[in-house]
Amino acid sequence: MTTPTIAAPTTAGQPEPSAGPVPGVRRGFDWGQPFVYLIALIIVGITIAPVAYIWIGGFRTTPQINADPSAWPDPWVLTSYASVITSPTFWLQVGNSTITALATTIGVVILGVMAAFVIARYEFKGRDAIYSMFTAGLLFPITVAILPLYLMLKNIGLLGTLAGVFVPQIAFALPTTIIILVPFLRAIPAELEDAAAIDGTSRFGFFWRILLPLSGPGLVTVGVLAFVGSWNAYLLPLLMLSDASTYTLPLGVQQFSTQYSQDTAAVLAFTSLAMLPAILFFTLAQRRIVGGLTGAVKG
Amino acid sequence: MTLTRTETVGSAVSAGPTPAGRSARPSRARRRKHLEIALFVGPATIVYVGFVLVPVVLAAVYSLYKWNGFGPLTDFNFPDNYIRALTDPVFVGAIGHNLFIVVLSLVIQGPVAIGLALLLNRRMRGRTLLRVVIFIPYVLSEVIAGLSWKLLLQPDGPFDAFLSAIGLGGMSKLWLADSDVVLWTMFWILTWKYIGFAIILFLAGLQGVPEELSEAAAIDGASWWQIQRHITIPLLGPTIRIWAFLSIIGSLQLFDMIWVVTGGGPAGATATMATYMVQFGFQRNQLGFGSAVAVILFIVSLIFALVYQRFVLRRDLAGSLTQGVG
Repeated sequence: MTTPTIAAPTTAGQPEPSAGPVPGVRRGFDWGQPFVYLIALIIVGITIAPVAYIWIGGFRTTPQINADPSAWPDPWVLTSYASVITSPTFWLQVGNSTITALATTIGVVILGVMAAFVIARYEFKGRDAIYSMFTAGLLFPITVAILPLYLMLKNIGLLGTLAGVFVPQIAFALPTTIIILVPFLRAIPAELEDAAAIDGTSRFGFFWRILLPLSGPGLVTVGVLAFVGSWNAYLLPLLMLSDASTYTLPLGVQQFSTQYSQDTAAVLAFTSLAMLPAILFFTLAQRRIVGGLTGAVKG
Repeated sequence: MTLTRTETVGSAVSAGPTPAGRSARPSRARRRKHLEIALFVGPATIVYVGFVLVPVVLAAVYSLYKWNGFGPLTDFNFPDNYIRALTDPVFVGAIGHNLFIVVLSLVIQGPVAIGLALLLNRRMRGRTLLRVVIFIPYVLSEVIAGLSWKLLLQPDGPFDAFLSAIGLGGMSKLWLADSDVVLWTMFWILTWKYIGFAIILFLAGLQGVPEELSEAAAIDGASWWQIQRHITIPLLGPTIRIWAFLSIIGSLQLFDMIWVVTGGGPAGATATMATYMVQFGFQRNQLGFGSAVAVILFIVSLIFALVYQRFVLRRDLAGSLTQGVG
C-alpha cells in the first residue's frame, strides 16, 4: 500500500519531458520500476519465444531436431534457409501475395476515398442511407457470404484467379475504410473548399488537388490495414484458389508444412521466411497501423 | 453543419458572376452535382453491393433449399436445414465452443490486457521496442502463427521439453489431441495472437486520460490502485467497451486459427460455427445446409451486436466521461 503511493506521483507526474532519459533514478529508488521491467521482460519472452524457436530451428537439421527438439543449433546450418530462398515456389507465392495485397490496397483506397468524399462533403438526399449501407457491412463477415461468393466467382470466371481473391477483399474492406475516412475528410476545414471555389476550382479540382494531398495520412492508414489484412487472409484464398501456382503465402506455408512434414527443419525455415515480410512491413509501418487502429476505434 | 455552409457558399459563387441572365444555371449545377455524386460513390457501391450484399442475400435464399450447388433451386425445404443444424449435437457444441471463447476472452484476456497496459503506461526504457514486440503476433498471419504453435505443441515437442526443463514435465498433456484440453490450448494460442492488439488499444486509450486527474488524486492522497480503480479504468471505459465488442464478434466468427491448428478436431472438440459451415458447405457440397449455418452464424453475431450496442455502447454516447468520474 505505501510503496505504490510513493511510486505513483514520481512515475505518472512528470510533466517535464527533459527529465526523460534517466527514468527511475531520481528521488531515491523506485521499486515500481524493476517490477514493471520484469513484467515487460516476461511478456516479451512469451511473445518472442515461439517466433525465435522457429527462426533458430531453421538453422538446425532435421536429425538434430529429432534428437532434441529444444536444443541450440550445433552446428548452425544454412542449407534449409538457402533451399527456401532459392526455391521458385517460395518466390512465386511471395509474388502472388504481393499482387493480391497491392491490388486490394489500391482498389480499396481509390474506391473508398471517392465514396467517403461524397459522403463527407456533399449534401444530398439518401446520403445517410448510403453511409448506413456501408457501415452495415461491418456486420457481414466474409464467412457468411463465402458460399454464394464461391458460386458467383465460378459463374463469372474469376474462380481460381487472384482477382477472385482481391475483388471480394476490396468489397469487404470498404466498410472499415469508409468509416475511417469519412470523419477524416469531414475534418478538413470548409474554408479551404470555399477558398478553392472562389478561386474557380471545381469540386473535382478541390478533391484532386487539395483534399487528396491533405488526407495522405488517413489514406496511408486505411491502405496499411487493407494490405496487412489481405497479406494474411486465409479463408478466401483457401476456398477460391485451388491451383498451386496461384497460392498466396499463407496457403503456400500450409501446403509446404503438410508436404514436407517429415523435414521439420525445412518447415521451420519456410515458416520463418514467410513471417519476414509481414514483420518487416509492420516495423516500417508500425505507427500507421497502431494509429489506424486507435482511429478506427474512436472513429 | 460544415456541409450546409459549403453548399450555400458554393451555389452563391456559381450564381455570382451571372446575376439573372441564365435561369437554367442552378438546375445544370444540380445535375452536375448529381453526376459527380454518382461517379464518385458509384464504383464503390457496385463492388460492395455485388460482392457483399448480394452474396449475403443469396446465402439467405440458399438456406431455404436442399441444394448441392448444381442445377436449379427446386427442393424448397425450409425450415429443415435450420432444424437439422440446431438439433445436430456437433453444431450445438460448436456454438458452445464459440461462446466458451467469447467468455474466456472477456474474463481473462480483457483484465490481463488492461492490467498490462496500466503497468506499461509509463515512461520507461525501450517502450517503443516493447510495443513493436507485443504487436508481432498480431501481425503474423493466422496460418503462420497456427502452424508455429502446432509444431511447438506436438507430443514431446519443444513446449513439452521446455516444461520438463523448468521441472513441470508432469504437466505435459496431449495439447492438441486431448479433447478435454484442446479448447484451452486454442484459447491460449488465440490469447498469444490477439492480446497484443488489446494492450496496444488500451495503451492508446490511456493516452486520452488526462494526467492532471491522477496527479490531483495523488495529491489528495489516493494510492496507485485507487487512482487506477476510480479514475483511469472508468475513463478507459469507451476503449474497453469497443475492445469487448471487437473481441466478441471475432470470437463468434472464429475460423482461421482453428482450421489451421486442429481443423475442428479431435472429433469436433474445437469445431466452431464457421468451421462447421466450411466442412458441410464446401467439403460435403451441402450448399443449402451450409448456407443455413452461415445465416445462423450471422443472426447470432447480429443479436450480440444489437444487444451490446443497445445496452453497453450506448453509454458512450451519453457523457460517459462525467458519469465515469462522478
